[in-house]
Amino acid sequence: MMRARQIVATSALIAVVAGIAGARVGAQEKPAAPAAKPAASNAAQVARGKYLVAGHGCNDCHTPYKMGDNGPEPDMTRFLSGHPADMALPPPPQPVGPWIASVSASFTAWSGPWGISYTANLTPDKETGLGTWTSQQFMDTIRNGRVQGHGRQLLPPMPWPAYKNMNDADLKAVFAYLRTIPAIKNKVPDPVIAPPPPGK
Amino acid sequence: MRFPRSRVSVRDLPTGLWLTLTAALLGVVTVATSAPPGAPWEPPATLQETGLYADWATKTVAPGTLLFSPQYPLWSDGATKTRWMRLPKGTFIDARNPDVWRFPVGTRLWKEFRFSRRAETRFIERGPEGWRFAAYAWNADETAATLVGENGLRRCVEIREGVVHAVPSRADCRVCHEAGPVHVLGVTALQLSSARDPNAPHAEPLPEGAVDLDTLVARRLVRGLPASVTATPPRISAPTPLSRAALGYLSANCGGCHTGTGELSSLSFALNYTLNRRADQLAPAMATAVDKPSKFRVPGMPEAINRLCSGHPDASVVVQRMASRNPLVQMPPLGTQLVDEEALALIKRWIAEDLTPSASSTAAGVRQP
Repeated sequence: MMRARQIVATSALIAVVAGIAGARVGAQEKPAAPAAKPAASNAAQVARGKYLVAGHGCNDCHTPYKMGDNGPEPDMTRFLSGHPADMALPPPPQPVGPWIASVSASFTAWSGPWGISYTANLTPDKETGLGTWTSQQFMDTIRNGRVQGHGRQLLPPMPWPAYKNMNDADLKAVFAYLRTIPAIKNKVPDPVIAPPPPGK
Repeated sequence: MRFPRSRVSVRDLPTGLWLTLTAALLGVVTVATSAPPGAPWEPPATLQETGLYADWATKTVAPGTLLFSPQYPLWSDGATKTRWMRLPKGTFIDARNPDVWRFPVGTRLWKEFRFSRRAETRFIERGPEGWRFAAYAWNADETAATLVGENGLRRCVEIREGVVHAVPSRADCRVCHEAGPVHVLGVTALQLSSARDPNAPHAEPLPEGAVDLDTLVARRLVRGLPASVTATPPRISAPTPLSRAALGYLSANCGGCHTGTGELSSLSFALNYTLNRRADQLAPAMATAVDKPSKFRVPGMPEAINRLCSGHPDASVVVQRMASRNPLVQMPPLGTQLVDEEALALIKRWIAEDLTPSASSTAAGVRQP
Protein backbone atom coordinates (compact mmCIF):
# COMPACT_ATOMS: atom_id res chain seq x y z
CA MET A 1 0.00 0.00 0.00
CA MET A 2 2.72 2.43 0.96
CA ARG A 3 4.54 1.72 -2.26
CA ALA A 4 1.40 2.21 -4.28
CA ARG A 5 0.81 5.47 -2.51
CA GLN A 6 4.33 6.64 -3.17
CA ILE A 7 3.91 5.89 -6.81
CA VAL A 8 0.69 7.82 -6.95
CA ALA A 9 2.17 10.68 -4.99
CA THR A 10 5.09 10.81 -7.34
CA SER A 11 2.96 10.72 -10.42
CA ALA A 12 0.80 13.45 -8.96
CA LEU A 13 3.73 15.80 -9.22
CA ILE A 14 3.25 15.96 -12.94
CA ALA A 15 -0.10 17.58 -12.59
CA VAL A 16 -1.13 19.28 -15.75
CA VAL A 17 -2.98 22.26 -17.05
CA ALA A 18 -4.44 25.45 -15.72
CA GLY A 19 -4.13 27.35 -12.50
CA ILE A 20 -5.93 27.50 -9.28
CA ALA A 21 -8.84 29.84 -9.46
CA GLY A 22 -12.06 30.61 -7.74
CA ALA A 23 -13.26 32.02 -4.48
CA ARG A 24 -14.02 30.12 -1.31
CA VAL A 25 -17.69 29.44 -1.01
CA GLY A 26 -19.62 26.60 0.41
CA ALA A 27 -20.69 25.18 -2.92
CA GLN A 28 -21.12 21.44 -2.99
CA GLU A 29 -20.44 19.27 -5.92
CA LYS A 30 -23.38 18.52 -8.09
CA PRO A 31 -23.91 15.60 -10.42
CA ALA A 32 -22.07 15.98 -13.65
CA ALA A 33 -23.93 17.40 -16.60
CA PRO A 34 -23.87 15.28 -19.73
CA ALA A 35 -20.69 15.71 -21.69
CA ALA A 36 -20.85 17.75 -24.85
CA LYS A 37 -20.59 15.68 -27.98
CA PRO A 38 -17.80 16.91 -30.23
CA ALA A 39 -18.79 17.86 -33.74
CA ALA A 40 -17.34 15.64 -36.38
CA SER A 41 -15.19 18.50 -37.59
CA ASN A 42 -13.24 18.71 -34.36
CA ALA A 43 -13.43 15.06 -33.38
CA ALA A 44 -9.81 14.54 -34.31
CA GLN A 45 -8.76 17.57 -32.30
CA VAL A 46 -10.73 16.35 -29.30
CA ALA A 47 -9.20 12.91 -29.62
CA ARG A 48 -5.75 14.44 -29.69
CA GLY A 49 -6.63 16.47 -26.61
CA LYS A 50 -7.88 13.41 -24.80
CA TYR A 51 -4.63 11.65 -25.60
CA LEU A 52 -2.57 14.57 -24.32
CA VAL A 53 -4.59 14.97 -21.13
CA ALA A 54 -4.25 11.28 -20.37
CA GLY A 55 -0.57 11.16 -21.15
CA HIS A 56 0.42 14.36 -19.38
CA GLY A 57 -1.07 13.33 -16.08
CA CYS A 58 -3.72 16.05 -15.66
CA ASN A 59 -5.79 13.53 -13.78
CA ASP A 60 -3.16 13.05 -11.13
CA CYS A 61 -3.76 16.42 -9.51
CA HIS A 62 -6.99 17.74 -10.96
CA THR A 63 -9.09 14.66 -10.15
CA PRO A 64 -9.36 13.99 -6.41
CA TYR A 65 -8.05 10.66 -5.24
CA LYS A 66 -10.08 8.38 -3.02
CA MET A 67 -9.25 5.10 -1.34
CA GLY A 68 -10.47 2.20 -3.41
CA ASP A 69 -10.13 -1.55 -3.35
CA ASN A 70 -6.69 -1.29 -4.87
CA GLY A 71 -5.53 1.67 -2.86
CA PRO A 72 -5.66 5.34 -3.88
CA GLU A 73 -7.41 5.90 -7.17
CA PRO A 74 -8.93 8.86 -8.96
CA ASP A 75 -12.56 9.50 -8.19
CA MET A 76 -13.89 9.54 -11.71
CA THR A 77 -17.21 10.96 -10.58
CA ARG A 78 -15.21 14.12 -9.96
CA PHE A 79 -13.15 13.89 -13.12
CA LEU A 80 -10.85 16.93 -13.45
CA SER A 81 -13.03 19.01 -11.15
CA GLY A 82 -10.15 20.04 -8.88
CA HIS A 83 -9.96 20.18 -5.13
CA PRO A 84 -13.40 19.40 -3.68
CA ALA A 85 -15.04 22.45 -2.14
CA ASP A 86 -16.56 20.30 0.58
CA MET A 87 -13.28 18.76 1.71
CA ALA A 88 -12.26 20.34 5.01
CA LEU A 89 -8.56 20.10 5.75
CA PRO A 90 -6.60 20.80 8.91
CA PRO A 91 -3.63 23.16 8.65
CA PRO A 92 -0.74 21.56 6.78
CA PRO A 93 2.27 20.25 8.69
CA GLN A 94 5.24 22.55 9.01
CA PRO A 95 8.21 21.72 6.81
CA VAL A 96 11.04 19.87 8.48
CA GLY A 97 14.58 20.18 7.22
CA PRO A 98 14.80 19.65 3.49
CA TRP A 99 11.22 18.28 3.37
CA ILE A 100 9.53 21.48 2.38
CA ALA A 101 6.22 20.42 0.84
CA SER A 102 3.26 18.24 1.68
CA VAL A 103 0.18 17.06 -0.13
CA SER A 104 -3.28 15.99 0.90
CA ALA A 105 -4.45 12.40 0.42
CA SER A 106 -6.67 13.63 -2.41
CA PHE A 107 -3.60 15.05 -4.20
CA THR A 108 -5.59 18.20 -4.78
CA ALA A 109 -4.19 20.37 -1.96
CA TRP A 110 -0.50 21.21 -1.78
CA SER A 111 1.46 23.07 0.84
CA GLY A 112 4.95 24.49 0.57
CA PRO A 113 6.96 27.71 0.79
CA TRP A 114 4.42 29.45 -1.43
CA GLY A 115 1.48 28.73 0.87
CA ILE A 116 -1.36 26.35 0.07
CA SER A 117 -2.61 25.71 -3.44
CA TYR A 118 -5.69 23.82 -4.56
CA THR A 119 -5.94 22.29 -7.98
CA ALA A 120 -8.36 23.94 -10.37
CA ASN A 121 -11.65 22.79 -11.76
CA LEU A 122 -10.93 22.09 -15.42
CA THR A 123 -14.44 21.05 -16.34
CA PRO A 124 -16.59 23.28 -18.56
CA ASP A 125 -18.82 24.41 -15.71
CA LYS A 126 -19.50 28.08 -16.41
CA GLU A 127 -19.48 29.25 -12.80
CA THR A 128 -16.68 27.24 -11.27
CA GLY A 129 -14.70 25.73 -14.11
CA LEU A 130 -13.36 26.79 -17.48
CA GLY A 131 -16.80 27.21 -19.02
CA THR A 132 -16.36 30.87 -19.86
CA TRP A 133 -12.71 30.65 -20.86
CA THR A 134 -11.56 30.98 -24.42
CA SER A 135 -9.02 28.78 -26.07
CA GLN A 136 -6.67 31.75 -26.24
CA GLN A 137 -6.98 32.39 -22.50
CA PHE A 138 -6.18 28.77 -21.85
CA MET A 139 -3.11 28.90 -24.07
CA ASP A 140 -1.92 32.11 -22.48
CA THR A 141 -2.41 30.64 -19.02
CA ILE A 142 -0.04 27.84 -19.87
CA ARG A 143 2.38 30.04 -21.78
CA ASN A 144 2.55 32.88 -19.25
CA GLY A 145 1.99 31.00 -16.02
CA ARG A 146 -0.80 33.35 -15.03
CA VAL A 147 -4.50 32.82 -14.47
CA GLN A 148 -6.35 33.50 -17.71
CA GLY A 149 -3.02 34.52 -19.12
CA HIS A 150 -2.85 37.87 -17.37
CA GLY A 151 -3.85 37.49 -13.72
CA ARG A 152 -1.96 36.22 -10.73
CA GLN A 153 0.79 33.64 -11.00
CA LEU A 154 -0.01 29.97 -11.15
CA LEU A 155 1.27 28.17 -8.08
CA PRO A 156 3.22 24.96 -7.59
CA PRO A 157 3.01 22.14 -8.39
CA MET A 158 1.48 23.20 -11.70
CA PRO A 159 4.37 22.58 -14.11
CA TRP A 160 3.47 25.20 -16.67
CA PRO A 161 7.14 25.90 -17.47
CA ALA A 162 7.15 22.49 -19.16
CA TYR A 163 3.78 22.71 -20.80
CA LYS A 164 4.39 26.17 -22.20
CA ASN A 165 6.57 24.39 -24.73
CA MET A 166 3.61 22.60 -26.24
CA ASN A 167 2.61 24.01 -29.59
CA ASP A 168 -0.58 25.91 -30.26
CA ALA A 169 -2.31 22.98 -31.91
CA ASP A 170 -1.74 20.73 -28.92
CA LEU A 171 -2.82 23.31 -26.38
CA LYS A 172 -5.94 24.00 -28.41
CA ALA A 173 -6.60 20.27 -28.57
CA VAL A 174 -6.33 19.95 -24.80
CA PHE A 175 -8.77 22.80 -24.36
CA ALA A 176 -11.13 21.40 -26.98
CA TYR A 177 -11.16 18.08 -25.14
CA LEU A 178 -11.75 19.76 -21.77
CA ARG A 179 -14.86 21.36 -23.27
CA THR A 180 -16.31 17.91 -23.88
CA ILE A 181 -15.96 16.39 -20.43
CA PRO A 182 -18.86 16.57 -17.98
CA ALA A 183 -19.31 19.94 -16.32
CA ILE A 184 -19.04 19.64 -12.56
CA LYS A 185 -19.96 22.48 -10.28
CA ASN A 186 -17.17 22.66 -7.72
CA LYS A 187 -15.90 25.98 -6.43
CA VAL A 188 -12.28 25.39 -5.60
CA PRO A 189 -11.04 27.43 -2.61
CA ASP A 190 -8.73 30.35 -3.11
CA PRO A 191 -5.09 29.56 -2.51
CA VAL A 192 -3.52 30.72 0.72
CA ILE A 193 -0.51 32.90 0.05
CA ALA A 194 2.25 32.58 2.60
CA PRO A 195 3.27 35.86 4.23
CA PRO A 196 6.53 37.34 3.05
CA PRO A 197 9.57 36.35 5.05
CA PRO A 198 10.91 38.86 7.57
CA GLY A 199 12.63 41.81 6.00
CA LYS A 200 10.82 41.50 2.70
CA MET B 1 19.84 25.69 -3.74
CA ARG B 2 19.03 26.73 -0.19
CA PHE B 3 15.64 27.61 1.13
CA PRO B 4 14.86 29.78 4.12
CA ARG B 5 13.32 28.12 7.08
CA SER B 6 10.40 30.47 7.10
CA ARG B 7 7.88 30.43 4.35
CA VAL B 8 8.49 32.81 1.54
CA SER B 9 6.11 34.67 -0.68
CA VAL B 10 5.09 33.27 -4.02
CA ARG B 11 7.11 36.12 -5.46
CA ASP B 12 10.21 34.57 -4.00
CA LEU B 13 9.78 31.23 -5.62
CA PRO B 14 12.53 30.50 -8.05
CA THR B 15 10.67 30.09 -11.29
CA GLY B 16 10.71 26.56 -12.47
CA LEU B 17 11.74 25.19 -9.09
CA TRP B 18 8.88 22.80 -9.02
CA LEU B 19 9.32 21.83 -12.56
CA THR B 20 12.95 21.11 -11.87
CA LEU B 21 12.03 19.04 -8.87
CA THR B 22 9.42 17.20 -10.83
CA ALA B 23 11.76 16.59 -13.70
CA ALA B 24 14.43 15.31 -11.37
CA LEU B 25 12.04 12.86 -9.82
CA LEU B 26 10.22 11.69 -12.82
CA GLY B 27 12.03 12.42 -16.00
CA VAL B 28 9.24 14.80 -16.94
CA VAL B 29 6.70 13.96 -19.56
CA THR B 30 6.87 11.05 -21.88
CA VAL B 31 4.11 11.89 -24.31
CA ALA B 32 5.45 13.03 -27.63
CA THR B 33 4.48 16.50 -28.78
CA SER B 34 5.16 18.37 -31.95
CA ALA B 35 7.91 20.94 -32.32
CA PRO B 36 7.61 24.04 -30.12
CA PRO B 37 6.08 27.10 -31.72
CA GLY B 38 8.25 29.25 -33.93
CA ALA B 39 11.95 29.47 -34.19
CA PRO B 40 13.43 30.87 -31.02
CA TRP B 41 14.88 34.35 -31.10
CA GLU B 42 18.18 34.74 -29.34
CA PRO B 43 18.49 38.17 -27.74
CA PRO B 44 21.87 39.91 -27.83
CA ALA B 45 24.00 38.95 -24.86
CA THR B 46 24.62 42.51 -23.73
CA LEU B 47 22.83 45.82 -23.89
CA GLN B 48 25.78 47.17 -25.82
CA GLU B 49 24.97 44.77 -28.64
CA THR B 50 21.40 46.01 -28.98
CA GLY B 51 22.68 49.20 -30.54
CA LEU B 52 21.29 51.71 -28.08
CA TYR B 53 24.55 53.55 -27.57
CA ALA B 54 26.95 54.80 -30.18
CA ASP B 55 29.50 55.39 -27.43
CA TRP B 56 29.22 53.07 -24.49
CA ALA B 57 31.69 54.94 -22.32
CA THR B 58 29.81 58.23 -22.50
CA LYS B 59 26.38 56.61 -22.93
CA THR B 60 25.78 58.60 -26.07
CA VAL B 61 22.83 57.12 -27.88
CA ALA B 62 23.15 56.12 -31.49
CA PRO B 63 22.08 58.49 -34.27
CA GLY B 64 18.41 58.25 -35.09
CA THR B 65 17.53 57.12 -31.59
CA LEU B 66 14.63 59.17 -30.27
CA LEU B 67 14.15 60.07 -26.64
CA PHE B 68 10.49 60.14 -25.64
CA SER B 69 8.41 60.50 -22.51
CA PRO B 70 4.76 59.45 -22.14
CA GLN B 71 2.69 62.03 -20.33
CA TYR B 72 1.03 59.37 -18.16
CA PRO B 73 3.88 57.16 -16.96
CA LEU B 74 3.38 53.61 -15.81
CA TRP B 75 3.99 53.19 -12.09
CA SER B 76 7.16 51.18 -11.55
CA ASP B 77 7.67 51.45 -7.80
CA GLY B 78 9.14 54.91 -8.15
CA ALA B 79 11.80 54.07 -10.70
CA THR B 80 13.23 56.91 -12.73
CA LYS B 81 12.79 55.83 -16.31
CA THR B 82 14.31 56.91 -19.59
CA ARG B 83 12.92 55.73 -22.89
CA TRP B 84 14.16 55.65 -26.45
CA MET B 85 12.98 54.27 -29.77
CA ARG B 86 14.51 53.91 -33.20
CA LEU B 87 12.80 53.19 -36.48
CA PRO B 88 14.66 51.65 -39.40
CA LYS B 89 15.81 54.31 -41.82
CA GLY B 90 13.09 55.31 -44.27
CA THR B 91 10.27 53.72 -42.33
CA PHE B 92 7.43 55.23 -40.33
CA ILE B 93 4.67 54.37 -37.90
CA ASP B 94 1.28 53.75 -39.47
CA ALA B 95 -1.11 55.76 -37.30
CA ARG B 96 -4.29 55.56 -39.32
CA ASN B 97 -5.91 54.04 -36.29
CA PRO B 98 -4.85 56.63 -33.71
CA ASP B 99 -5.27 54.14 -30.88
CA VAL B 100 -3.45 51.23 -32.47
CA TRP B 101 -0.25 52.31 -34.12
CA ARG B 102 1.54 49.88 -36.39
CA PHE B 103 5.32 49.82 -36.13
CA PRO B 104 7.63 48.75 -38.94
CA VAL B 105 9.70 45.60 -38.67
CA GLY B 106 13.02 46.54 -37.17
CA THR B 107 11.62 49.06 -34.69
CA ARG B 108 13.57 49.02 -31.44
CA LEU B 109 12.65 50.49 -28.07
CA TRP B 110 14.54 50.69 -24.80
CA LYS B 111 13.52 51.66 -21.29
CA GLU B 112 16.04 52.23 -18.55
CA PHE B 113 15.02 51.77 -14.90
CA ARG B 114 16.99 53.58 -12.25
CA PHE B 115 16.62 53.55 -8.49
CA SER B 116 19.72 54.39 -6.46
CA ARG B 117 21.59 53.46 -9.63
CA ARG B 118 20.84 52.00 -13.02
CA ALA B 119 18.99 48.75 -12.42
CA GLU B 120 17.95 47.38 -15.79
CA THR B 121 17.25 48.36 -19.37
CA ARG B 122 14.41 46.63 -21.17
CA PHE B 123 14.57 46.12 -24.90
CA ILE B 124 11.84 45.26 -27.36
CA GLU B 125 12.21 44.81 -31.06
CA ARG B 126 9.69 44.30 -33.82
CA GLY B 127 10.72 41.19 -35.69
CA PRO B 128 9.04 39.70 -38.73
CA GLU B 129 7.25 37.22 -36.49
CA GLY B 130 6.17 39.73 -33.87
CA TRP B 131 7.61 41.59 -30.91
CA ARG B 132 10.69 40.32 -29.13
CA PHE B 133 11.49 41.05 -25.50
CA ALA B 134 14.67 41.10 -23.46
CA ALA B 135 15.99 42.78 -20.33
CA TYR B 136 19.53 43.69 -19.32
CA ALA B 137 20.66 44.04 -15.72
CA TRP B 138 23.32 46.59 -14.87
CA ASN B 139 26.22 45.68 -12.67
CA ALA B 140 26.89 47.66 -9.52
CA ASP B 141 29.34 50.11 -11.06
CA GLU B 142 27.23 50.50 -14.20
CA THR B 143 29.96 49.43 -16.53
CA ALA B 144 28.04 46.55 -18.05
CA ALA B 145 24.48 45.43 -18.62
CA THR B 146 24.01 41.77 -19.41
CA LEU B 147 21.07 39.76 -20.63
CA VAL B 148 18.70 38.51 -17.95
CA GLY B 149 17.53 34.95 -18.44
CA GLU B 150 14.11 33.95 -19.61
CA ASN B 151 12.83 33.65 -16.04
CA GLY B 152 13.80 37.16 -15.02
CA LEU B 153 15.85 38.26 -12.04
CA ARG B 154 14.21 38.36 -8.66
CA ARG B 155 16.81 40.41 -6.84
CA CYS B 156 18.15 43.29 -8.87
CA VAL B 157 18.54 46.62 -7.06
CA GLU B 158 17.16 47.63 -3.69
CA ILE B 159 14.29 50.07 -4.00
CA ARG B 160 14.14 50.76 -0.31
CA GLU B 161 14.95 48.77 2.79
CA GLY B 162 13.53 45.31 2.42
CA VAL B 163 12.15 45.83 -1.09
CA VAL B 164 14.19 44.77 -4.09
CA HIS B 165 13.37 45.53 -7.69
CA ALA B 166 12.71 42.47 -9.85
CA VAL B 167 13.40 42.19 -13.56
CA PRO B 168 10.41 40.51 -15.22
CA SER B 169 10.47 37.19 -16.97
CA ARG B 170 9.97 37.22 -20.72
CA ALA B 171 6.57 35.63 -20.17
CA ASP B 172 5.62 38.60 -18.01
CA CYS B 173 6.85 40.96 -20.72
CA ARG B 174 4.31 39.34 -23.00
CA VAL B 175 1.61 39.43 -20.34
CA CYS B 176 1.67 43.22 -20.37
CA HIS B 177 2.70 44.01 -23.90
CA GLU B 178 0.55 41.48 -25.72
CA ALA B 179 -2.63 41.73 -23.71
CA GLY B 180 -4.27 44.23 -26.00
CA PRO B 181 -4.08 45.34 -29.60
CA VAL B 182 -1.29 47.81 -28.79
CA HIS B 183 2.02 46.16 -28.00
CA VAL B 184 4.09 49.30 -27.52
CA LEU B 185 2.42 50.81 -24.51
CA GLY B 186 3.97 54.23 -24.10
CA VAL B 187 4.12 55.36 -27.72
CA THR B 188 0.65 56.55 -28.63
CA ALA B 189 -0.91 59.74 -29.90
CA LEU B 190 -2.28 60.53 -26.46
CA GLN B 191 0.87 59.68 -24.57
CA LEU B 192 3.11 61.76 -26.82
CA SER B 193 0.73 64.67 -27.24
CA SER B 194 2.19 68.10 -26.70
CA ALA B 195 -0.83 68.87 -24.53
CA ARG B 196 0.73 67.26 -21.50
CA ASP B 197 -1.33 66.82 -18.38
CA PRO B 198 0.30 68.75 -15.52
CA ASN B 199 -1.69 66.77 -12.96
CA ALA B 200 -0.68 63.31 -14.13
CA PRO B 201 0.82 61.34 -11.23
CA HIS B 202 4.61 61.23 -11.48
CA ALA B 203 4.48 63.41 -14.56
CA GLU B 204 7.61 65.04 -15.83
CA PRO B 205 8.03 67.94 -18.19
CA LEU B 206 9.06 66.87 -21.65
CA PRO B 207 12.77 66.14 -21.29
CA GLU B 208 15.18 68.22 -23.30
CA GLY B 209 15.68 66.69 -26.69
CA ALA B 210 12.66 64.41 -26.45
CA VAL B 211 10.26 64.06 -29.33
CA ASP B 212 6.53 64.55 -29.05
CA LEU B 213 3.67 63.84 -31.41
CA ASP B 214 4.09 67.10 -33.27
CA THR B 215 7.76 66.39 -33.91
CA LEU B 216 7.11 62.85 -35.09
CA VAL B 217 4.39 63.99 -37.47
CA ALA B 218 6.48 66.86 -38.78
CA ARG B 219 9.38 64.51 -39.42
CA ARG B 220 6.97 62.09 -41.11
CA LEU B 221 7.91 59.34 -38.73
CA VAL B 222 4.23 59.06 -37.84
CA ARG B 223 1.87 59.09 -40.79
CA GLY B 224 -1.81 58.68 -41.42
CA LEU B 225 -3.22 60.19 -38.24
CA PRO B 226 -6.82 61.29 -38.74
CA ALA B 227 -7.35 65.03 -39.05
CA SER B 228 -9.39 64.95 -35.86
CA VAL B 229 -6.23 64.05 -33.97
CA THR B 230 -3.81 66.33 -35.76
CA ALA B 231 -6.03 69.41 -35.69
CA THR B 232 -5.37 69.97 -32.01
CA PRO B 233 -3.00 68.06 -29.75
CA PRO B 234 -4.97 65.11 -28.36
CA ARG B 235 -5.94 65.31 -24.74
CA ILE B 236 -8.36 63.59 -22.44
CA SER B 237 -11.68 65.33 -22.45
CA ALA B 238 -13.00 65.63 -18.95
CA PRO B 239 -15.06 68.09 -16.92
CA THR B 240 -12.30 68.75 -14.40
CA PRO B 241 -8.50 68.54 -14.28
CA LEU B 242 -8.92 65.86 -11.65
CA SER B 243 -11.02 63.70 -13.95
CA ARG B 244 -8.55 64.20 -16.76
CA ALA B 245 -5.64 63.02 -14.63
CA ALA B 246 -7.58 60.07 -13.24
CA LEU B 247 -8.68 58.84 -16.65
CA GLY B 248 -5.14 59.25 -17.93
CA TYR B 249 -3.65 57.30 -15.05
CA LEU B 250 -6.12 54.45 -15.44
CA SER B 251 -5.51 54.36 -19.16
CA ALA B 252 -1.75 54.11 -18.79
CA ASN B 253 -1.64 51.76 -15.83
CA CYS B 254 -4.67 49.54 -16.41
CA GLY B 255 -5.72 50.12 -19.99
CA GLY B 256 -2.99 48.01 -21.54
CA CYS B 257 -4.86 44.87 -20.51
CA HIS B 258 -8.33 46.22 -19.85
CA THR B 259 -9.24 47.23 -23.36
CA GLY B 260 -12.65 45.59 -23.52
CA THR B 261 -11.39 43.49 -26.39
CA GLY B 262 -9.29 40.42 -26.92
CA GLU B 263 -8.78 37.82 -24.28
CA LEU B 264 -10.36 39.79 -21.47
CA SER B 265 -13.32 40.94 -23.54
CA SER B 266 -15.68 38.78 -21.50
CA LEU B 267 -15.14 41.20 -18.62
CA SER B 268 -16.65 44.06 -20.64
CA PHE B 269 -14.21 46.28 -18.82
CA ALA B 270 -12.11 48.91 -20.55
CA LEU B 271 -9.92 51.52 -18.92
CA ASN B 272 -7.95 52.58 -21.97
CA TYR B 273 -8.73 56.07 -23.19
CA THR B 274 -9.47 55.89 -26.88
CA LEU B 275 -9.35 58.70 -29.41
CA ASN B 276 -11.02 56.79 -32.20
CA ARG B 277 -14.64 57.01 -31.15
CA ARG B 278 -17.67 59.12 -31.84
CA ALA B 279 -17.81 62.50 -30.17
CA ASP B 280 -20.87 61.53 -28.17
CA GLN B 281 -19.39 58.30 -26.87
CA LEU B 282 -18.25 58.07 -23.28
CA ALA B 283 -14.69 57.31 -22.39
CA PRO B 284 -14.45 53.54 -21.95
CA ALA B 285 -13.74 53.84 -18.23
CA MET B 286 -16.85 55.89 -17.68
CA ALA B 287 -18.96 53.49 -19.69
CA THR B 288 -17.70 50.24 -18.25
CA ALA B 289 -16.54 50.98 -14.72
CA VAL B 290 -18.62 53.64 -13.02
CA ASP B 291 -21.27 51.90 -10.95
CA LYS B 292 -20.73 48.73 -12.92
CA PRO B 293 -20.47 45.50 -10.92
CA SER B 294 -17.13 43.78 -10.65
CA LYS B 295 -16.77 40.04 -11.09
CA PHE B 296 -14.08 40.09 -8.41
CA ARG B 297 -14.85 40.00 -4.71
CA VAL B 298 -12.30 41.61 -2.43
CA PRO B 299 -11.75 39.37 0.61
CA GLY B 300 -13.20 40.98 3.71
CA MET B 301 -14.85 43.78 1.71
CA PRO B 302 -18.40 42.65 0.95
CA GLU B 303 -19.44 46.25 0.35
CA ALA B 304 -17.01 46.57 -2.57
CA ILE B 305 -19.26 45.49 -5.41
CA ASN B 306 -18.77 48.02 -8.17
CA ARG B 307 -15.60 48.66 -10.09
CA LEU B 308 -15.92 52.38 -9.39
CA CYS B 309 -18.60 53.20 -6.85
CA SER B 310 -19.51 56.82 -7.44
CA GLY B 311 -19.00 58.91 -4.36
CA HIS B 312 -17.54 56.00 -2.40
CA PRO B 313 -13.89 55.30 -3.09
CA ASP B 314 -13.49 52.67 -0.40
CA ALA B 315 -16.38 50.68 -1.81
CA SER B 316 -14.74 50.63 -5.23
CA VAL B 317 -13.05 47.40 -6.26
CA VAL B 318 -10.52 49.32 -8.37
CA VAL B 319 -9.37 51.24 -5.31
CA GLN B 320 -9.14 48.15 -3.14
CA ARG B 321 -7.06 46.33 -5.70
CA MET B 322 -4.79 49.31 -6.34
CA ALA B 323 -4.25 49.55 -2.59
CA SER B 324 -3.28 45.90 -2.17
CA ARG B 325 -0.09 44.01 -2.82
CA ASN B 326 -1.58 40.66 -1.85
CA PRO B 327 -0.83 38.60 -4.96
CA LEU B 328 -4.42 37.40 -5.08
CA VAL B 329 -5.85 40.89 -5.01
CA GLN B 330 -3.35 43.43 -6.31
CA MET B 331 -3.67 45.35 -9.52
CA PRO B 332 -1.70 45.50 -11.65
CA PRO B 333 -0.95 41.84 -10.97
CA LEU B 334 2.70 42.19 -11.90
CA GLY B 335 5.49 44.70 -12.31
CA THR B 336 5.04 46.42 -8.96
CA GLN B 337 5.63 45.62 -5.32
CA LEU B 338 4.72 48.99 -3.83
CA VAL B 339 1.38 50.73 -3.82
CA ASP B 340 1.32 53.94 -5.84
CA GLU B 341 0.14 56.12 -2.98
CA GLU B 342 0.03 59.33 -5.01
CA ALA B 343 -2.15 57.77 -7.66
CA LEU B 344 -4.30 56.00 -5.12
CA ALA B 345 -5.05 59.32 -3.45
CA LEU B 346 -5.88 60.85 -6.82
CA ILE B 347 -8.27 58.08 -7.80
CA LYS B 348 -9.98 58.16 -4.42
CA ARG B 349 -10.45 61.89 -4.63
CA TRP B 350 -11.80 61.58 -8.15
CA ILE B 351 -14.36 59.00 -7.11
CA ALA B 352 -15.40 61.02 -4.09
CA GLU B 353 -15.57 64.43 -5.77
CA ASP B 354 -16.20 63.95 -9.46
CA LEU B 355 -18.14 60.74 -9.78
CA THR B 356 -21.80 60.92 -9.02
CA PRO B 357 -24.38 58.22 -9.65
CA SER B 358 -25.19 59.90 -12.93
CA ALA B 359 -21.59 60.42 -13.96
CA SER B 360 -21.56 57.50 -16.32
CA SER B 361 -24.47 58.93 -18.24
CA THR B 362 -23.36 62.54 -18.38
CA ALA B 363 -20.80 64.31 -20.46
CA ALA B 364 -17.88 63.22 -18.26
CA GLY B 365 -15.29 61.63 -20.44
CA VAL B 366 -17.11 62.40 -23.67
CA ARG B 367 -14.74 63.41 -26.42
CA GLN B 368 -14.88 66.99 -27.43
CA PRO B 369 -15.49 67.39 -31.12
